Amino acid sequence: MLDLDPGPYAVYIWPAYGLTVLVFILMIAGSLNRARRWRRKAEAFSKDREA
Amino acid sequence: MIPAPAFLSNPERFMAFSRWAAPMFGVVAVVLALAGLWLGFIAPEDYQQGDTVRIMFIHVPAAWMGMFVYACLGGASFLALVFRHALADAAAQAAAPLGAAFTVLALATGALWGRPMWGAWWVWDARLTSVLVLLLFYLAYMALRASLDDETKAARAGAILALVGVVNLPIVHWSVNWWNTLHQGASVFRKGGPTMTVDYLYPLLLLGLAYMAAFGSLWLVRIRAEVWRRRAEAAALRAARG
Repeated sequence: MLDLDPGPYAVYIWPAYGLTVLVFILMIAGSLNRARRWRRKAEAFSKDREA
Repeated sequence: MIPAPAFLSNPERFMAFSRWAAPMFGVVAVVLALAGLWLGFIAPEDYQQGDTVRIMFIHVPAAWMGMFVYACLGGASFLALVFRHALADAAAQAAAPLGAAFTVLALATGALWGRPMWGAWWVWDARLTSVLVLLLFYLAYMALRASLDDETKAARAGAILALVGVVNLPIVHWSVNWWNTLHQGASVFRKGGPTMTVDYLYPLLLLGLAYMAAFGSLWLVRIRAEVWRRRAEAAALRAARG
């Protein structure tokens, strides 16, 4: 049975999990945005060269 | 000469490999994380630490990853410095922000666990201090790379700094044995095997593998970004020269 009630420790446990989720979101979004941005630029340069 | 893996020395092969490997690692990470979280939240409360033991499932893997990613940074830096592999340098550069993020997570979740258990958010204990030094090495590496315009010089200086920082890894690991610390000793990777009950060990290992797979996925994505960045900048330079 899932125990989602940490009682008096909720004030420590949920911020720890929340922070973990936030850091993962930042890592994923940052990595994907960076990859997307540079791929577009690299492709734009290669198209310019072909043209 | 130590042979580098083929995909490390051939950008085209690396891009083909990482195109399917990055999303695959991502899916593996999600599945492992869901399984680990499920087991973590059906595990009984610890008889001493109560529900705060559930912070362990996210804190310990973050600490493992802080060290593991630095070992990757050191290994890639060695290959870049000695064998001049451009992809190894890209791998080192791509690993640093991820390693710093895991280390911040380890320190922050550790503080949130330390406050109810030790009565303090932070103590200048050997383990905590050596992990803080690890974070400073990550930050110094990123700052050094960002401060030099010449890519070759930045790569060489960064690689040397990264290799110096590798000395800190055994200090972090054995700090709890070498000094009398408030932080508990190793309970998983130790002689004689893990000391914790499987109720806690299985979710911990599943989440450790999930963090590892997530890092694998994000590392590949960031190396791909670095390859594209270098291609774009090389093309821009060629265009500027006419």
